[in-house]
Amino acid sequence: MQIGKKYSKKKHSANLIIGLVITSTMLFLIILGFFYTPYDPTKMDSSAKLAAPSLSHLMGCDNFGRDIFSRVLKGMGNTFIIAFATVVIGVVSGIIIGAVTGYFGGWLDEVVMRINDVVFAFPSILLALVFISLFGTGKYNVVLALGIAFVPSFARIVRGEFIKYREMDYVKSARLAGVPHMRIIFVHILPNTMTVLLSSIMIGFNNAVLAEAGMSYLGIGVQPPDASLGSMLSEAQGYLFSAPNYAVFTGLMIILLVLGFSLLADGLKN
Amino acid sequence: MLEVKNLNIEFHDHDAPEHIVRNINMTLKYGEILGIVGESGSGKSMTAMAIAGLLRRHDVTTSGEIIFDKKELLSAKRSELRKIQGNDIGVIFQEPMTSLNPTKRIGWQVEESLKIHKPEIGKAERYRLVIESLKNVELDNPELIYKKYPHELSGGMRQRVMIAAAMICAPKLLIADEPTTALDVTIQLQIVKLLQRLNREQKTSILFISHDLSLVKSICGRILVMHDGEKVEEGAADEIFNNPGQEYTRELINAIPKLEKPKL
Repeated sequence: MQIGKKYSKKKHSANLIIGLVITSTMLFLIILGFFYTPYDPTKMDSSAKLAAPSLSHLMGCDNFGRDIFSRVLKGMGNTFIIAFATVVIGVVSGIIIGAVTGYFGGWLDEVVMRINDVVFAFPSILLALVFISLFGTGKYNVVLALGIAFVPSFARIVRGEFIKYREMDYVKSARLAGVPHMRIIFVHILPNTMTVLLSSIMIGFNNAVLAEAGMSYLGIGVQPPDASLGSMLSEAQGYLFSAPNYAVFTGLMIILLVLGFSLLADGLKN
Repeated sequence: MLEVKNLNIEFHDHDAPEHIVRNINMTLKYGEILGIVGESGSGKSMTAMAIAGLLRRHDVTTSGEIIFDKKELLSAKRSELRKIQGNDIGVIFQEPMTSLNPTKRIGWQVEESLKIHKPEIGKAERYRLVIESLKNVELDNPELIYKKYPHELSGGMRQRVMIAAAMICAPKLLIADEPTTALDVTIQLQIVKLLQRLNREQKTSILFISHDLSLVKSICGRILVMHDGEKVEEGAADEIFNNPGQEYTRELINAIPKLEKPKL
């Protein structure tokens, strides 16, 4: 019993530490990418087409002779910003919708949650595709499309938490003290939902990274010559055999980004 | 000050309407402690919640009248009700473990109803009032407790904090919904004594709800016995104890464990 407890405790903190190391390394690379890249990520060099990894080009070069490492740095930044903005849109609207419906209940809850279910029923990528085909491609439209697609899942989590907390005695006594509803929702209850919300934000962020990569892979996200991990992966698949390093390094970055946040979320949950 | 006339409470979210409280009448005078006793599910808490205005209107239907300080509460507007809640009526709940918000400091929670009802009071004055209120419920080191989180306090201390929070606006009526059930016996006695002192010193009327007859007898002047949502009996505490008029009351009294020599 004692040993099992110790073991699991150790395992979780290991997850946390590994997640922290990976995530901070990735964040460092992303921030680095904003200010410095070894080469201009859009500059082509015909002599270095599909060059293998070497000391001068750490991850080699792509089909236009652009430095993959520089493009990965820039691409990660783009992916990160899009994923971050997506999660912010999803979380903020999710909190508002979930909190109000969960707290008040009644017909408002029924109506809003059924609409929520309808949105939830569509795969988020499909929903985003529809949105993109209506409003056109581009970074900002992708953010908006993915953000909207992410709202229902957050709304549902927040709603569940609010239903749990609205019957707590301390919420009752706040109501009794004559505290206005909005203050109860955002000041009294919301801080209590943060533990659950935080780990779902992390998971949501991972999904957003993957969704952005998916969108860009399909060519509707970040537009060339700008780089994003998804669009690079899509280019790389044409050279899977002649220059496997292109796909491997780009894919590795996506994996590390997602893995880092997953481990972090898992570690934080405990 | 408080008069309840023909109070009926009914759940309507099931297929068949379910009566929880039927035709309850009661009065509470200034400075009086009235006890409501009954077993679990007898409707005593629901009656209290109705008086406090805590029933969700789309879950239950209520009829009758609750007159508090010449104002009718059951049909009152929310804004009207909000002025009374916390200011004139304070409530203490059964579970001291869940009645404080785990993410907020004690001081913040105690001063919350002051912030709502008396926004004109400044920060320094508010702090002074909170400290005074914590001192008043016999908590040592109120300055230290002000900064603590609920999980750092024991059950008895939390219940005292709850009383401090309920009393900070000096309400005319304090509803205590089984305030001692979750506490051990020695703490129970301290809390009861504290409530009695507050009643004596601040002239707060108390509606004391409990299933513990012996406890109710020691604190209340008058007792109302409830069973299955209906009033069984009402009268002075001694009278009910010495001369129970109803079979149910007699059974309740007989259910009080007595100190006997253990049979070996």
